[in-house]
Amino acid sequence: MAIRAAAAAVRSIQEGTDARMERLGRAMLRARLLEEKLGSLYRAGRIVGGVYLGRGQEALSGAGGVALRKGDIFAPLIRDMAGRLAFGEPMEDALRAYLGSRLGPMKGRDGNIHRGDLSRGILPMISHLGAMVSTLAGVLMAKRMKGEKRKVGLTCAGDGATSTGSFHEGLNLAAVERLPLVVVVADNGYAYSTPNERQFACADLVDRARGYGVQGHSVDGTDPWVCAEVLQGAVDRARGGEGPQLVVGKLLRLCGHGEHDDGLYVDSKIQRSERGRDCVQVMESEMKKRGSGKEWQSWRAEAQAEVEAAVIKVSAEPVPDPFEEDWSATKSGSEAEESGSS
Amino acid sequence: MSVTYLDAIRSAQEKALASDPTVFIYGQDVGRFGGAFKATKNLAERFPGRVIDSPISEDAMVGMAVGAAMEGMRPIVEMQFADFSTVGLNQMLNHAATTYWRTGRTCPMVLRLPSGGTPGSGPFHSQSMEAIYSHYPGIVVMTPATVEDAYTMLLEAVEMPDPVVFCEHKLLYYHLKSDHLPESAVPALRAQVVRAGRDVTCVTYSAMVHEAVAAAKELVEEGYEVEVVDLRTVKPLDTDTILASVARTGRLLAVGESWPWGGASAEVVARVAAEGFELLDAPPKRLNAKDTPIPYHPNLWAAHRPTAVRIAAALREVLRY
Ligand SMILES: Cc1ncc(C[n+]2csc(CCOP(=O)(O)OP(=O)(O)O)c2C)c(N)n1
Repeated sequence: MAIRAAAAAVRSIQEGTDARMERLGRAMLRARLLEEKLGSLYRAGRIVGGVYLGRGQEALSGAGGVALRKGDIFAPLIRDMAGRLAFGEPMEDALRAYLGSRLGPMKGRDGNIHRGDLSRGILPMISHLGAMVSTLAGVLMAKRMKGEKRKVGLTCAGDGATSTGSFHEGLNLAAVERLPLVVVVADNGYAYSTPNERQFACADLVDRARGYGVQGHSVDGTDPWVCAEVLQGAVDRARGGEGPQLVVGKLLRLCGHGEHDDGLYVDSKIQRSERGRDCVQVMESEMKKRGSGKEWQSWRAEAQAEVEAAVIKVSAEPVPDPFEEDWSATKSGSEAEESGSS
Repeated sequence: MSVTYLDAIRSAQEKALASDPTVFIYGQDVGRFGGAFKATKNLAERFPGRVIDSPISEDAMVGMAVGAAMEGMRPIVEMQFADFSTVGLNQMLNHAATTYWRTGRTCPMVLRLPSGGTPGSGPFHSQSMEAIYSHYPGIVVMTPATVEDAYTMLLEAVEMPDPVVFCEHKLLYYHLKSDHLPESAVPALRAQVVRAGRDVTCVTYSAMVHEAVAAAKELVEEGYEVEVVDLRTVKPLDTDTILASVARTGRLLAVGESWPWGGASAEVVARVAAEGFELLDAPPKRLNAKDTPIPYHPNLWAAHRPTAVRIAAALREVLRY
């Protein structure tokens, strides 16, 4: 009896893990294929403005999205397509932001990565790096005051963003309040062209956890299994009342800062190192090794079909019309047009 | 050879570094990479140790410059986009700006702001910040509109004893060209009549100067001669040049790309109304962007900012009063 129960428990853990890895694998593939499409739309001149991709960062980002549940709050940053999709942002909404569709949550007013949907628990980032940490802390404060229990907030940052005053102030505030906040730092070695050694002087960003008085976790950002495990652990701890969690993943951005950038400043030694591995390829070859290559192929095919369908759908959607646009920035009403505006 | 507005900014920094050993440049990605817009291309190689990559820490970047200026250096701080300078506002507005008044010691530094809208840049990569910086006493705020001014005014900014906010317009970076760099300069703190006319004065600055000149050309066919005044520096404001122009034309339109509430165009109208009321044959008018954040989609963006077409329409209203 006891043995049977234990075996069942093992099996259910195994199944739980498999289900989690399927969600992660699918999110990674969906993000990768969608972003490849965004890259070609950009090169075809169909996207105005910048395109910022998360190639190589899908495992870490996606693992955060997978670890959250409905009702949690996600505050993604530049390279979090995988996390967004895993958390439930529809692919169409990503495309709507880039193509400026009027039907998207940003209605063409804001674009690319500056998108979110408060009704889905996704905060629409502002560009100013570090700003989302305190904002998310505020959401969690409010949830606590309203008596909503066991809700976690997760936000992402790059190595560069950790140099902002906002990041520091936000994490310190969250630590003082012991909020259920997970901060995931994707340490990809560079902030635009600036390498780590011009960004910070500590040996490893995770060392800062101690200074903030929060729990710190290091993770190999190129290994999807480890990412899933560590992120789930951090989210569970935050949910369990252990206060803010700082997760630092090491990886490399396998693309330019934006699609306008060739990224030639990246050291080729790092590119050839373990840190430069492509997490999507890591997952693919591991799946094959485990005899699940077919499954992977079917996820890929489904993701590809989803991308194609979403592009067709969103391309046909209306773009904003300045004559129909509501030009007021406050709900309580705006001043008369006569007061000098165009 | 042709020189772009961006080349002019790069060349001015090169000249400043070469001629004054106290000048140095600090900013994100300004070193070997040459800056997000390439305004410091090759300067790190030419001036080792004086073109320095900073962490993403605007508050500390500006604070560091304030301290270095107090200690006799002449820092040029590049913000990656003007919009991110909000993070450094405290050091600029409360520290740099108050130092001379509080201590009698100057704080010579230049804060370079890649400013203004471009298609698809959205709410956080399009802002024009001159109004905020101008509101605080103690700062000179320059808004060059031409290749020549970008060059000579930046050189003058570096030599000035005061903190200078240098608002460069990103839309002009690559497209605006001149044959060569200028050899002489109009003093930076003086406004300039860039197109003479007798019927109405259009006062503006930065990229809007080009829209205003285009509008003025459009109105020639209708028999109107529009005088365009380029403020060049919005703080201090060259009221004399503005009033002299309004004295000739009797009519005023002030145009700015930034938001309508307060700001340079509001200040121009206020000065003319208060100090030149008798000169006016029509109520002074102003034209700014709409009072919302700057939209991402090009359709919305084009409607949000003043353009030659909209400036021409506003000029007609003033002319027909
Ligand atoms: C406060 C602020 N300053 C500057 C920028 C411009 N900027 C956008 S992304 C970026 C680099 C970010 O590097 P990092 O945080 O390491 O993230 P990564 O791009 O490597 O994912 C910079 C400097 C910004 N968005 N916010």
